Amino acid sequence: MLLLFEQFLNGLQFGITLFLLSAGLTLVFGIMQVINLAHGSFYMIGAYVGAAVTAATGSFLLGLLAALPAAGLFGMAVEWLVLRHLYQRDHLDQVLATFGLIMFCNELVRIIWGRQPLFMDVPPWLAGNVEIVDGLLYPVYRLAVIATGLAVALLLWFLFTRTRLGMQIRAGASNREMVAALGVDISLLYTLVFGLGALLAGLAGVMAGPILAVESGMGESILILTFVVIVIGGIGSIKGAVIGALLVGLVDTLGRAFLPVLFRLLFASATADAAAASLSSMAIYILMATVLIWRPRGLCPVQSA
Amino acid sequence: MKRYLSAFVAILLLSGQALAGEPVKIGMITTLSTKAGYLGEDIRDGFQLAINQEGGTLGGVAVELLVEDDSAKPEKGKQIAERFAVKDGVKIMTGIVFSNVAMAVVPKVVRDGTIYLSANAGPSKLAGSLCHPNYFSVAYQNDNLDEVVGRYVSDAGYKNVYLLAPNYPAGKDHLAGFKRFYQGELAGEVYTRLDQSDYAAEIASLRAAGPDAVFFFLPGGMGINFLKQYAQAGLQDSIPLFGPAFSFDERILAAVGEAALGVKNGSQWSHDLDNPANRQFVEAYRQAYGRTPTLYASQGYDTARLLASALKTTGGELGDLEAFRKELQRADFESVRGNFRFGNNQHPVQDFYIREVIKTADGYTNKTLQKVFTDHVDAYAGECTMK
Repeated sequence: MLLLFEQFLNGLQFGITLFLLSAGLTLVFGIMQVINLAHGSFYMIGAYVGAAVTAATGSFLLGLLAALPAAGLFGMAVEWLVLRHLYQRDHLDQVLATFGLIMFCNELVRIIWGRQPLFMDVPPWLAGNVEIVDGLLYPVYRLAVIATGLAVALLLWFLFTRTRLGMQIRAGASNREMVAALGVDISLLYTLVFGLGALLAGLAGVMAGPILAVESGMGESILILTFVVIVIGGIGSIKGAVIGALLVGLVDTLGRAFLPVLFRLLFASATADAAAASLSSMAIYILMATVLIWRPRGLCPVQSA
Repeated sequence: MKRYLSAFVAILLLSGQALAGEPVKIGMITTLSTKAGYLGEDIRDGFQLAINQEGGTLGGVAVELLVEDDSAKPEKGKQIAERFAVKDGVKIMTGIVFSNVAMAVVPKVVRDGTIYLSANAGPSKLAGSLCHPNYFSVAYQNDNLDEVVGRYVSDAGYKNVYLLAPNYPAGKDHLAGFKRFYQGELAGEVYTRLDQSDYAAEIASLRAAGPDAVFFFLPGGMGINFLKQYAQAGLQDSIPLFGPAFSFDERILAAVGEAALGVKNGSQWSHDLDNPANRQFVEAYRQAYGRTPTLYASQGYDTARLLASALKTTGGELGDLEAFRKELQRADFESVRGNFRFGNNQHPVQDFYIREVIKTADGYTNKTLQKVFTDHVDAYAGECTMK
């Protein structure tokens, strides 16, 4: 039971990281109709800048403070230099261009920081484990990640439902011509949305830094899951991104944790291990397929013109 | 004009070659790009160091090292090998880092009469059923570094070990290598997704299984992720970790930091092995490149030194391949590992050690703890029909 709870927390934490990445991606995809494969690169840049500044100053907070604007500004620069010219093109051109950006960014961080992965540790004030309930120790840092993610989700909710900017963004998602006709500078709005998405990806990157290897190409493996999240959640919907990310995080983690146990009750050991390993890698894709059969536009579809 | 220019260039090239007296060309196919690019870089630098120490020759014979990046892709490795053989007339190749690339390249080139000296990859097929007179492994057979840990863990009295590796052929091979010499019980055997980043679920299950030790094979970034998360879960001090040397070179250790301290790993070489050849090599490598050599660098260096020994006695004459192979088989060179000779399948018969990750003033590195195997022969030698 305790193990189930612990794995549940692990799934939650993984889901939250995915949410930070998918929130930006789903906005860009839903509002701007742009497929941005380079979203994982913003995550990587956040992690690299965070790790480098943390190493130079010795302060995780400074690293965090440097990484967020770095990822955000880099995202805005990419929008301004590359993607802006592709809005009218079809998705294939966007895929090609942003795929090129992935390679460009991977090589860029290799040129700047070298091939060696960077070192980044948990800040001392978040190190160690805390006993949540009797007998269950859980890393403080992972709890902090969960808390940060929930706070960001609340902030985004506030931004979208309670502010003028949020209203414009939502309006831009449903009918951009009308919004532009009403005098809103839609291209500035796009740049801002893109920057916000990149910033959130950067945040996910810095927070992943102490847990994962900060290395070139770290964005790609997580990008695939991010796409699964936004397809499950419904493209363009923040609420969908929250639900989708938590679902994917939980299904993936619980699948990896308990499928082997379950299979070992049913089959002989060797077959059980092999089958469980294969099935747990497929679990989230099965989830995606099921959701899409049931709701072809995702769990929280957004109406868009 | 263009025609004159190219004629001029051709003359320049030809005369240059004539002056140098036809150097022996060595084709190095290795991985220089992608995340794993540092592996190829180290193999190349180790190899180049041996050439530089002899002033551009190996065994007194002028050599020309051609290096190409395979991006860790089998098909690209094949293309490079083809180009080396046809366009450059290369007769000696080396350098491949990854076993899947080696399996795509080696069987064909050795069949076509090229000598291939492996400076890293040692897939089981090439040691067993596909062994070939033109193929020499100067590194190891892949399972060796796991076998030594298996024996050590058994000898140290651990009886309930948890195993972890990625779900792909090499992952299964490495765990099989461990199990070949480990005699206790298995608390669990888990295959994770290749390129998985978060191991929280596996670590929680592992803790619940209550093993007395953990053996893992997770190369590259996966190993960094796992080590960090394992320490963060507070298990570093309670359940000891073991693994093959791949996750513990100085470059990876710098990225893992404290979390790797105390982990014991198996290797056929370490920078602190006390023999004259090694002392000289480590010193020279540090001086040339400003960093401590890794396992891969040592293998690149040994490959070049082995080649030098054969070039020396044959005077660089590659026309008689049979004679050249005989010289290679003798392995008459001072290996930085100490003991080194070839078995019947032309794989090393060598000693294996257990090392421990420690912290020094220069950062994190390995300290040799003890020799576990002496003159160890790989498990596939019997399947090889040579000799």
